[in-house]
Amino acid sequence: MAAKDLSRRDFLNIAWGAAGALALVEAGGVALSFFSPRIVEGEFGGVIEAGTADSFPVGSVTPFTQGRFYLVRMQDGGFLALYRKCTHLGCAVPWNPAEGRFVCPCHASAFEMDGQVINTPAPRPLDRFAVTIVDGIVKVDTGTPIQRDHSNPNELVYVEMAT
Amino acid sequence: MTHEHDPRPEDLKQRVWESIQRDELPPQDDRGRMRLVMNNLVLHLHPSKVAKPTLKFTYTWGLGGLAILLVALLAATGVMLMFVYTPSPETAYQDMLKLQTEVWFGQLVRNVHHWSGNLLLIVAFLHLLRVFFTGGFRTPREFNWMLGVVLLLLVVAANFTGYLLPWDQLAYWAVTVGSSLLSYVPLIGEGLRNFLLGGPEVGAATLTNFYGLHVAIIPLILMGIVSFHIWRVRKDTLSVPHKLDGMVDGTEGTQVEKVTTLPHLVSREMVFALVMTGAILLWSVWVNAPLEAAANPDHSPNPAKAAWYFMGLQELLLHFHPTFAAIIIPALAMGALILLPYQRFDLSAEGVWFRSRKGRQMALVAALNALIAVPLLVVLDEYVFDLAALLPSLPTLISNGVLPLAAILLLLIGFYDGMKRLFKASACETRQSVFVLLVVSFVVLTVIGIVFRGEGMALMLPWEVL
Ligand code: HEM
Ligand code: FES
Repeated sequence: MAAKDLSRRDFLNIAWGAAGALALVEAGGVALSFFSPRIVEGEFGGVIEAGTADSFPVGSVTPFTQGRFYLVRMQDGGFLALYRKCTHLGCAVPWNPAEGRFVCPCHASAFEMDGQVINTPAPRPLDRFAVTIVDGIVKVDTGTPIQRDHSNPNELVYVEMAT
Repeated sequence: MTHEHDPRPEDLKQRVWESIQRDELPPQDDRGRMRLVMNNLVLHLHPSKVAKPTLKFTYTWGLGGLAILLVALLAATGVMLMFVYTPSPETAYQDMLKLQTEVWFGQLVRNVHHWSGNLLLIVAFLHLLRVFFTGGFRTPREFNWMLGVVLLLLVVAANFTGYLLPWDQLAYWAVTVGSSLLSYVPLIGEGLRNFLLGGPEVGAATLTNFYGLHVAIIPLILMGIVSFHIWRVRKDTLSVPHKLDGMVDGTEGTQVEKVTTLPHLVSREMVFALVMTGAILLWSVWVNAPLEAAANPDHSPNPAKAAWYFMGLQELLLHFHPTFAAIIIPALAMGALILLPYQRFDLSAEGVWFRSRKGRQMALVAALNALIAVPLLVVLDEYVFDLAALLPSLPTLISNGVLPLAAILLLLIGFYDGMKRLFKASACETRQSVFVLLVVSFVVLTVIGIVFRGEGMALMLPWEVL
C-alpha cells in the first residue's frame, strides 16, 4: 500500500504544500471578489419611467439618453425598448430617421426599427430591455439587457385595452 | 592582551568614500574595469567582457537598449503626470487641459510620455524582427525569446490602459471597441469584459481600473521582466554576427575577439541614449500628443477607430467573424510566435542576416507576395465576395470564420510547399519566408486600417481619410 510507504517527512511536506496551495487559492478568491464590479449606480441599471403610452406616436423611435435605450413604438402600437449599444463592438448606435433604421458609425452595422440586423458585422439584433405598461405608464427595466438571436413579435408590449 | 588596530586609513573622508565605492575609480587596467562592472548594481546586468563583433551597430541597431531608455523615460514622465492627474470622469479631461495650458512644461512632459509609449511599441516590434532575422532566438536563447513576447504584450497592455486616461472621445471609444473584442471569447468573454471594465460599459470604474493597471501593476511586472530579460542576455551571451561565408563579421577569421564592457559597450550605450533622448525631446517640442473633445458616451464618432496598433486587428474584424478575428487568429499567431524558437534551425544561420543568400531572396519574394496579395484580398472581400450572403443557410461563424480561415491556411501550406520546391530551400529558410509573408501581411493590414479606412469604415484614398 502506498499509504504505508508515506514517511513522516513526506506527510509533513505534502501537508505544508497543501496548506500553501490552499492559502494561494484563498488569496486568489479574495482578490477576485475585491476587484469584481460594484453595482452600477445612477439611473442606468434601474427601472425607468418613460412616460405615458399615448405620448409615443405609433411608428416612432424615442431616445432615452440617461437610460441608454430607444423606446420604439411599432406600427401596430406595440412597445419595444432597445439597448443602444451595438452588438458588434459596443458603439452607441444612433437612429437615422431619414433611412428609418439604426446605423452604427463604427463598422457600419445597420438594424431595423425592431433591432433586426440588416447589415453585418453585428452578429445579433440589438439587445432589448423588458418593458411593462402599468396604468398607461411605460416602464423600462435597464438592469439586464436581454440578448436574442432574432427579433420576435412576442416581445412587443401593448397597452391593455380598458374593458 | 593585544589590541588589533583597524589597518585602514584614519582619514574619515576617504573611509566614507571607500565604504561606498569599493573599486578604484577610474579603473587603471582591464581587471579593474571588469571588477567595476561586476560590483556595480546597475552595470552588473552586463557581463564584464563582450564579444567585439556584437558591438557593431548594424547588428542590434541598439533596439533593446532603446526600449530600456524608453521605459526609463516613461517612468520618469509618467510619475510626473501622476502629480497633476486625477483618474475620475469629472476631472480627467479637465486635468489634461490644465496640463497643457497651466502646468509649466506640462505639454512637453505629456508629449514625451505619449511619444515614448508609442515609439516603444514600434521599437519592441523592430527588436523582435531583428532577433528573428539574425537567428538570435536559437538555443540556449529560446526562453528569452518567450520573455520578449511577454514584454511585447505588456507594452501593448500599457499603451492600451494609458490610452483611456485622457478621457477624450478618442480614448473612450477606442477602449469601448477594444474591450468589446473580449466579449467574443466563448463562455467567459462577457464576464471577463465586465470584470476589466468594472461594469457593462466604459465608465468611472473603468478609469479607476485602468489607472491602477497603468501606473502600478503593468509597470512593476514590465520592469521586473525587463531586468530578467537582460540578465538572461548576459547568461546566454549575445549571438555573434556572421557573414554569408561563415566568417565572424568584423574580423578576418572565425575567432571571436573579446573586449571589456567598460568602456567599449557602456560608452556606446550612453552616447546612443543621449542622442535618442535628444531626438525624442526635439520631436516632442514640435509635435503635440492628440487630445480631442471630452468623452461623450452618447455619441460615437464616425469613424470610431481603435488605437493605431490595433488597426491590423480591426481590419481583420471587417473580414472575419469576430470570434475568429479577435480570438482564434491572434491566439494562433501568439502560439506560433512563442513556439517558434523550438523549431529545427540551420546551425550555419546563427548571426547571419536572413539565414543565407537564398534566405534573403526568399524573404524578398515573400514580402512582395504579401504586398500584392493582401490589398487584393481586402478589395475583393469588400466589393466582390460576400460569403455570408452567398451561403445564407450557414451561420456566419462558418461562412465568415471557418471557411475563409481554412482557405488561408491552405494557401499558406501551398506557399510553403511552392517556395521550398522553387528555391530547393531548407525548412529553416522556407519557414522564414512564411514568417515574412505573415509579418508583412500584418503590417499591410495595419496600414490599410490607418490610412485607407474613412467614414463608416469604407475603403477610401488616404487624402479622403485624413
Ligand atoms: C511601459 C510603459 C508605459 C507606456 C507604454 C505608457 C503609455 C501611456 C500612454 C499611451 C498614455 C496616454 C497618454 C497620452 O495620450 O498622452 C499614458 C498616460 C499616462 N501614463 Fe503612461 N505609459 C507607461 C508607463 C507609465 C508609468 C510607469 C506611469 C507612472 C508610474 C505612467 C503614468 C501615466 C499617467 C498618469 C498618464 C495620464 C496622463 C496622460 O494621459 O497623458 N505611465 N501612458
Ligand atoms: S461597433 Fe457597431 S458596427 Fe462595430
